[in-house]
Amino acid sequence: MLTIKNLQAKVAEKQILNGIDLQVNAGEVHAIMGPNGSGKSTLASVLSGREEYEVTGGEVNFLGKDLLEFSPEVRAREGIFMAFQYPVEIPGVSTINFMKTALNQIRAHRGQQALDAVSFLSLMKEKMKLVEIDQSLLNRSLNQGFSGGEKKRNEIFQMAMLEPKLAILDETDSGLDIDALRIVANGVNKLRNKNNATIVVTHYQRLLDYIVPDFVHVLYKGRIVKSGTKELALELEAKGYDWIKNEVAAV
Amino acid sequence: MSKDNQVLAEITSKEYEHGWTVNLETDSAPKGLSEEIVRFISAKKNEPEWLLEWRLKAYRQWVKMEEPKWANVSYPANNYQDIIYYSAPVQKVKPNSLNEVDPELIKTFEKLGISLGEQKRLTGIAVDAVIDSISVATTFKDKLSELGVIFCSFSEAVREHPELIKKYLGSVVPMNDNYFAALNSAVFSDGSFCYIPKGVRCPMELSTYFRISAANTGQFDRTLIVAEEGSYVSYLEGCTAPMRDENQLHAAVVELYTMKDAEIKYSTVQNWYPGDKNGKGGIYNFVTKRGLCAGDHSKISWTQVETGSAITWKYPSCILKGDYSKGEFYSVAVTNNYQKADTGTKMIHIGKNTSSRIVSKGISAGKSQNSYRGQVQIMKRASNARNFSQCDSLLMGDQCGAHTFPYIDVENNTARIEHEATTSKIGEDQIFYCLQRGIGEEAAVALIVNGYAKEVLSQLPMEFAVEAQKLLALTLEGSVG
Repeated sequence: MLTIKNLQAKVAEKQILNGIDLQVNAGEVHAIMGPNGSGKSTLASVLSGREEYEVTGGEVNFLGKDLLEFSPEVRAREGIFMAFQYPVEIPGVSTINFMKTALNQIRAHRGQQALDAVSFLSLMKEKMKLVEIDQSLLNRSLNQGFSGGEKKRNEIFQMAMLEPKLAILDETDSGLDIDALRIVANGVNKLRNKNNATIVVTHYQRLLDYIVPDFVHVLYKGRIVKSGTKELALELEAKGYDWIKNEVAAV
Repeated sequence: MSKDNQVLAEITSKEYEHGWTVNLETDSAPKGLSEEIVRFISAKKNEPEWLLEWRLKAYRQWVKMEEPKWANVSYPANNYQDIIYYSAPVQKVKPNSLNEVDPELIKTFEKLGISLGEQKRLTGIAVDAVIDSISVATTFKDKLSELGVIFCSFSEAVREHPELIKKYLGSVVPMNDNYFAALNSAVFSDGSFCYIPKGVRCPMELSTYFRISAANTGQFDRTLIVAEEGSYVSYLEGCTAPMRDENQLHAAVVELYTMKDAEIKYSTVQNWYPGDKNGKGGIYNFVTKRGLCAGDHSKISWTQVETGSAITWKYPSCILKGDYSKGEFYSVAVTNNYQKADTGTKMIHIGKNTSSRIVSKGISAGKSQNSYRGQVQIMKRASNARNFSQCDSLLMGDQCGAHTFPYIDVENNTARIEHEATTSKIGEDQIFYCLQRGIGEEAAVALIVNGYAKEVLSQLPMEFAVEAQKLLALTLEGSVG
């Protein structure tokens, strides 16, 4: 589904990614871990098309298309979803209205008709149930006055609504207590299927107890320095990132 | 310029939609202003002597007055001798029904999406159409008159209901109130008059549609609405003008008068030509709007969506004289390119237990300057007066300005006044969040701006709320930041 080859990127004249290679297939969950400043969030931002991040080399192929050619909104319409580390507040715009606008623009991109009010509502009800979110929250201004947990749950609700092919969860566990973490992870797990894929970007192993990855990659100084299965995450938890740093230094 | 700013620039540089011109045969006064011109206008309209005297009195006061300079707008001095003060489309015969109205005129209004044909009742809105200085048609007059509602052009009201005009003309905005009001009082040409009798709830929206058509012409219209005891009316005003290189002056006066338990809801969607991208041309909109809550428990509510004009200078105000009377002001003012707006309200609390609410949302884009100027005054006698003001400013891009000038003047210590103000920027973060959900850049700006203005837009009658939403998006098209 997603093939990243030798991806390099910089932000504000600072080179952050120094050649990332990654292959993600449908049905897989990949975890990207790494110490602060290793380039995890940059990778998520580059994939979603944030303009401050300049790609300086390499290529990204998504479902047979050159992803880097697309504007952020087209990437989203092609099936890339990012759950934000810091979801943004938009006063006066309810989540419902926001989702209706988004869904219909995505549908238009795919040559589908806009959903009528009844179908939209029933889709919404179904997804609300799935991610255990209350409608009163969805009627309020997007993310305004939401608690950290509510914001993240709202992200997962949006993900459920838009049914992306590739979801990128950027530090979704930050600022969550254990109950919220469980609900969010539950939602993500319910949305997993053999046709979609998930990239979980996280600093801590904790989230991976709930969202169990097929592969774990360790990012350090803008490169993937180690890949493995979920056991790698546990090893990291036990030994700390210094272990990786020392290993890289030794090479 | 970042990409977002580029899109912002594109959106804000969208061309004005109503800028076309039509060749209407007009009957005009020579340029310039003098007592002779005032007499000329009055004679053209076959006015009674008392009204001519009133105009002349206003003119003589105006000559002695000076153009106000306190507003946060700058513009080259108006040359008042270079303006045509009267211009009317020539109609061969005085139309008795819509069928006799010049088809060119009907076409003009159809182009604006305003149907003067009463068979199209779908909208349920009665319209008075004013082009340049003259009211060309008023719809649904007969139906309204069955209820005793008078809705007609100002000139017609002078002829048919002189006692009402004599009684209320200048009763809320005195002729010498300010420079532009005095000018209007001297040379006003037409406008709408509306009278709702006791206990009547006007069954449809009344609206006046203003269009400036002729070049080098000023438009000086006047609206007077009187709501008798226990009555209610919702009134809407819309306006457009052709794109012209020179600046044109619009100096209107609106007076609202409510008796006991009466309510007037006055909504404006102002879309005068704002000038081009470089700030050339556009309407100078210097307007005096004021409502008097004369009776107890009366209410006046102003809602305005201001998107047009090169310069806007207007402060729809309420004088809360009756006890328990209520004033409201809801405003969205959008400025783009080189537009300048200085707008707000005055709430003058005179009666006891009076309350007022101000919600102002400014949106500035391009190189524009947007100012809120508001005054809340609590007089000695006004015990238990309450005011709530909220003034928000939204900035798009980094070359525009937003300013807030609130004045609060309290002479009674039982008053309760709250003032909240915020300034925010459309964040790149907000836009990116929308983009990442598949929402295109223009739709994202429209979504964010409409969300921001929601509290005001929701005050508009349904049909106009939709219209206003589109207009906001259109005005800002090309201006993401």
